[in-house]
Amino acid sequence: MNPHRRSPFILIATILVYFFLYAPIFVLVIYSFNSSRANVQFDGFISSYGDLQIVNGDVTQSPCGPFHWFCELSKNREVINAAKNTLTIAFTATIISTIVGTMAALALQRYDFKLKAFSQVSLYIPIVIPEIVMGIGILTLFSQLFSLLNNWLNLAGDARMTMGLFTVILSHIAFMIPFVTLVVQARLQGFDKSYEEAAMDLGANEWTTFQRVTFPMILPGVLSGALLAFTLSLDDFVITFFTNGPGSTTLPIYVYGLLRRIITPQVNALSTVWISIVFIAVLLLQWIQSREK
Amino acid sequence: MGSKYAVELRNVVKQFITPEGGEIAAVDHVTMQIRNGEFFSMLGSSGCGKTTSLRMIAGFEWPTEGEVYIDGEPQGHKPPFLRPVNTVFQSYALFQHMTVQENVAFGLEMERVEKAEIERRVGEALEMVKLSGMQRRRPKQLSGGQQQRVALARALVKRPKVLLLDEPLGALDLKLRKEMQLELKSLQQEVGITFIYVTHDQEEALTMSDRIAVMSHGKVLQIGPSVEIYERPTSRFVADFIGESNFLDGRVKSVKGDQAIVNVPAWGEELTGIVTSKVRAGDEVAVSIRPEKIRLAEKQGIKENSLQGVVVNSTYIGSDTHVYLDVRGQRIKVWEQNRISTLDPRAYYRNGQKVWVMLLPENTLVLPKD
Ligand SMILES: Nc1ncnc2c1ncn2[C@@H]1O[C@H](COP(=O)(O)OP(=O)(O)O)[C@@H](O)[C@H]1O
Ligand SMILES: [Mg+2]
Repeated sequence: MNPHRRSPFILIATILVYFFLYAPIFVLVIYSFNSSRANVQFDGFISSYGDLQIVNGDVTQSPCGPFHWFCELSKNREVINAAKNTLTIAFTATIISTIVGTMAALALQRYDFKLKAFSQVSLYIPIVIPEIVMGIGILTLFSQLFSLLNNWLNLAGDARMTMGLFTVILSHIAFMIPFVTLVVQARLQGFDKSYEEAAMDLGANEWTTFQRVTFPMILPGVLSGALLAFTLSLDDFVITFFTNGPGSTTLPIYVYGLLRRIITPQVNALSTVWISIVFIAVLLLQWIQSREK
Repeated sequence: MGSKYAVELRNVVKQFITPEGGEIAAVDHVTMQIRNGEFFSMLGSSGCGKTTSLRMIAGFEWPTEGEVYIDGEPQGHKPPFLRPVNTVFQSYALFQHMTVQENVAFGLEMERVEKAEIERRVGEALEMVKLSGMQRRRPKQLSGGQQQRVALARALVKRPKVLLLDEPLGALDLKLRKEMQLELKSLQQEVGITFIYVTHDQEEALTMSDRIAVMSHGKVLQIGPSVEIYERPTSRFVADFIGESNFLDGRVKSVKGDQAIVNVPAWGEELTGIVTSKVRAGDEVAVSIRPEKIRLAEKQGIKENSLQGVVVNSTYIGSDTHVYLDVRGQRIKVWEQNRISTLDPRAYYRNGQKVWVMLLPENTLVLPKD
């Protein structure tokens, strides 16, 4: 008997894994073309272009054809705003947390200092404690701090400090740094310091050495860290929920708000756009990485 | 071109904190002078402080005590990028994200040399190490020997005052290693740059060096040309570390000029030998005789230093025969060159055969015990 013959269970397991992973996404995407306005059953695609026609609650004709819900979505100012907020937060927080997290990883790798062991362990804490605990903690911190400052500075009305984009970005940076640091640290594990010594030996000062040798060598690690941070920020709900304020609604928060009212295929259309962007980004990254080799 | 010495270490000490919290002196009051244009080797077993000494010259470590001079100038805490020396690392440390061309050009870019000039000098350097045509490859696409050459070109292209090499051939296989030894030596003569070469391989050091510093436990035991290190070691350790030797314990009876008469209790005999360092009457010494310098004969030829022994074992190894003798209870090894081509077994030594062992006084060294 061929010992390498595949067991049928492996095939079944594979099919099941793919089914449970991708079937919901597939259904979700299909429903974003649904002609039914209630998002509970699939009444077929919107087939014809033209003036909006609604028959028995089903959209039968739309100026955008099957892309009716996408058009609706693009007219929705709240969604556009939430998307802008989400991206602003994700980009800003990713850039800052990647810089700080990378510096922390470098410092932990090459220097000995007091409380080094403590610094290392403290990185894990934000990762292992439940996000909701952290969210509440941050909320308490900010509200206490703001009320203190508002009282102390005698701020009133619109001048009062409140939660907003700034607090969301700050909290995202705080919870993303440990992830970046750990990813970059893993990359630095095998980093031989003789590369840096060679650069300095050849006449490069510390800064040039970092720019020309250290950074390019750890770049793949930094990029993975940044990508992880970016995705964490994009779909973060809990921490954002506790730290956002008027005008800083993000997409996850907005969708959650929608769901409590009415589920329209707009939500599906939004998710489809979101998934497509992430999918393209991942493909792009794969392509860049394969080209580097 | 200030000083007659390219590099000088004066009383240099380097202490490290061990992980257990203790202190060890990796380099312990080392003084050495390396002359302009010479091929100088530091030789010693692993952990004796060779790399640490080299790193202090390069500027990766600073001495705890003492001073390193390069071309007559004290280096103090000068960083590596301000020192006129370059290093070839044992691991090569080639930049993986750069091509061969970019690797070799790196050092010149740091000096802000003009583009055309960089191009020219990189081409020259690669030609010198026989790597023309490999410019666009990445280090990963080269063999170990080729990577080694890139590392060499990268350092030499800077035209340093001194080139430091830390066991640069350690990762190569034996054949390639022998080739590279000769190539390195002729390259050094061609460019005329001072080479400081670290190795634990005595044969390598003897083959390549103008002078050798033998090190042990952070200290320099002896500095001198290859011949001197081999023929006139000044301590038992050096005689033992370089090549092979027979050792006998003894006590000095008298010293006259550079000769001493030593009483060897194991034999109840007196041997005459050469003194290479300060020994006085009454000192405990080791008498050292190299196996290839002992004469064997059927009859007693000389009176001095002559004893009878019995062949215990004899091994034919082609160019030589290794003969192991029992001489009054002491095991003595002798390398006999096979000068005559013959199959006649009588030309070779047989086990149990009685022979006269002659230790000529000029081949017998009287060394302080360490
Ligand atoms: N950074 C360091 N920290 C602590 N001990 C060190 C350090 N570098 C070298 N040593 C110790 O110093 C001694 C000499 O090391 P080294 O110069 O590398 O020897 P070699 O190159 O002759 O093998 C060794 O015992 C080594 O363990
Ligand atoms: Mg070493």
